[in-house]
Amino acid sequence: MNDANVYAVKSLTKKEYLAPGHRSCLGCGEVLAVRLVHKALGRNTITASATGCMEIVSSPFPLTSWEIPWIHVAFENAAAVAGGIEAALKVLERKGKIAPKDIHVVAMAGDGGTADIGLQALSGAMERGHKFLYVCYDNEAYMNTGVQRSSATPFGAHTTTSPAGEIVPGQITWKKNMPEIAVAHNIPYVATASPSYPLDLVNKIKKGAEAEGPAYVHILSVCPTGWGVGSEETIKIGRLAVQTGFFPLYEVENGRYRITVDCEELEPLERYLQPQRRFRHLTKEMIDFIRQRVLEQWEELKRRAGQTDPVAG
Amino acid sequence: MKKRVGMEVSFAAAEAIKLCNVDVIAAYPITPQTHIVERLSEYVANGELDAEFVPVESEHSAMSLCVGSQATGARSFTCTSSQGLALMSEIVYITASLRLPVVMMLANRSLSGPLSIWNDHSDVMSVRDCGWIQLFVRNSQEIFDHAFISYKIAEDHNVLLPLIINFDGFILSHMFEPVELVEDSIIKQYLPPYDPKYVLHPDRALTMGAFAMPAVYTETKKAQDEALRQSYPYILKAWQDWGDLTGRYYHPVEESYTEDADTIFVALGSFAETTGEAVKTMREQGHKVGLLNLRLWRPFPFEAFSRAVKNARNLIVLDRAISYGGPGGPVASEIRSALYNLENRPQVYSFISGLGGRDVTVQDYIDMFEKAISGKAPQDEIFGVRG
Ligand SMILES: Cc1ncc(C[n+]2csc(CCOP(=O)(O)OP(=O)(O)O)c2C)c(N)n1
Ligand code: SF4
Ligand SMILES: [Mg+2]
Repeated sequence: MNDANVYAVKSLTKKEYLAPGHRSCLGCGEVLAVRLVHKALGRNTITASATGCMEIVSSPFPLTSWEIPWIHVAFENAAAVAGGIEAALKVLERKGKIAPKDIHVVAMAGDGGTADIGLQALSGAMERGHKFLYVCYDNEAYMNTGVQRSSATPFGAHTTTSPAGEIVPGQITWKKNMPEIAVAHNIPYVATASPSYPLDLVNKIKKGAEAEGPAYVHILSVCPTGWGVGSEETIKIGRLAVQTGFFPLYEVENGRYRITVDCEELEPLERYLQPQRRFRHLTKEMIDFIRQRVLEQWEELKRRAGQTDPVAG
Repeated sequence: MKKRVGMEVSFAAAEAIKLCNVDVIAAYPITPQTHIVERLSEYVANGELDAEFVPVESEHSAMSLCVGSQATGARSFTCTSSQGLALMSEIVYITASLRLPVVMMLANRSLSGPLSIWNDHSDVMSVRDCGWIQLFVRNSQEIFDHAFISYKIAEDHNVLLPLIINFDGFILSHMFEPVELVEDSIIKQYLPPYDPKYVLHPDRALTMGAFAMPAVYTETKKAQDEALRQSYPYILKAWQDWGDLTGRYYHPVEESYTEDADTIFVALGSFAETTGEAVKTMREQGHKVGLLNLRLWRPFPFEAFSRAVKNARNLIVLDRAISYGGPGGPVASEIRSALYNLENRPQVYSFISGLGGRDVTVQDYIDMFEKAISGKAPQDEIFGVRG
């Protein structure tokens, strides 16, 4: 029953757990994702946040946007803090010190806090099997500190530490495949998501929160400021990332792959790359190079999804 | 009936932590702390202690996990040494500013490099200003007692600060010593279950760890400093109450032969035991020497300290760490500034010794004493350096 189609827009709660009035940039795709995630989770949630844009925009002391219990400790340890919350709830319930309750324990971090500096803490927490949901809000760079590259920055992108220069054409490494790293931990649920597909996202968060063990959801979050797109373009760019095959939406449930938003025919990659300032220096050769990788990865994903679950496709 | 048993000091420490009925233990192996957490994991595996034992992938995560669990209302414990402390130190500072009463045992060991697994105080001195209550214990009984005393202090709603119990690696951690166990009924009476003031729970939307703009940062830091200073009477009270129940009383500075002493040694940790032997020997030889054991390091017991040394002419401060390029050993330079405003302040001699497991003998202390009173000692000296 847990299918994207059963969640109509109307079924989303009107309650905001991330109150408006926070300080994100106009059109921020990341904060939109955070908002949707917490709507999906509901009030029985405790969230541990890493340092980054989302922490800064939501918690300038003495103000807070959070309508749920929320803790920020440091940049690289959200998964470990969440592990502590989960361990505490477990033992306190067992010892009868708190009443039993189904509480979602959630860790949130950016791509830097996840794929780079926080990877060790995350790997440890997944391997130990804490029952928690880790959400990576991937805007493909260290935005909070001024758009520096991370290992999740895509090939070719200009950032302030992978500048497009005369000799080096921006980021020269391929985007680290975090969802696959999560899958390699044999955890029950891994998914990619996008706020441009809100029902798909909500569905995946709910599934992740219900999983019997660690769950990992990786959300591509358009950042108009860092990517150089208009603040009104966020949703469209997010859709194009999916429709061009650049960022496919899929889930891996107990090892079974399923593409959740299928694209019979991929849109031309240029439609995604060309509106973004961070890619504007790319030559035709470079775009072709990227296209080839995107297609290979898309075929590989389809192979995995088809091979293991041909019906759901 | 008081029961005395002989056991490795680390096991006595683990036994006490078990009796504290901790809820969450997060730990990572590092010599010489490891025996404590190994023993604790056995207790959990055998059902002798109902706790979550989380074998984290690093000390950074050990402290982070304790922050999460303590913030959720669980009595939390970790234990480390040296590089482990250095790795977790980022979170050590944050734990104090979040006012989370985590208790940590620190088996003091030197910091790399060169790598050395042996004992000195360079690890603890590197987090001098982390905002935790910090105290030193000298023997098995003291570490056993301080498990209970520490949670009692840290969790007091007038305190709510984390606490480090320092004890010397190997010199103490791996010794076999007698310890007088404490009856359950006394522990129950002394240490109530943890009653957290603020918890992460869906019953109440609470934001912990908000960031501070310049307009409020100074105020939060002042408040934190005041909290640490104001913990002092509650520390004294916790010691007093423990003494009333067990007959063992502890004090922020502990003195022997100081009343009429011209020269007073100041020591931290188990080196005070050997220094005490040296002082006894020198007393027998007719020298007016005394010993002051600084048990409480943070908050620094200024008043008790000044009172104890006010009649002395010389202080020989024994440091076990270097402040590279700085004004003598870290303890000595702090004591100098603590005494600076006194009218009749004693001369302070800083001797740095016992680095990286180097033994310091009774004769060494006698040599330091003779050097100091002969007026030949420099203000600061790394003692016992071989030619
Ligand atoms: C140990 C440590 N190193 C560096 C920083 C500085 N820092 C804070 S946020 C941040 C970037 C965050 O990037 P990401 O995780 O991708 O989140 P975003 O801001 O992009 O949402 C950096 C480098 C820090 N706070 N702590
Ligand atoms: S920099 Fe990007 S991610 Fe950060 S708040 Fe602005 S739009 Fe959002
Ligand atoms: Mg980012």
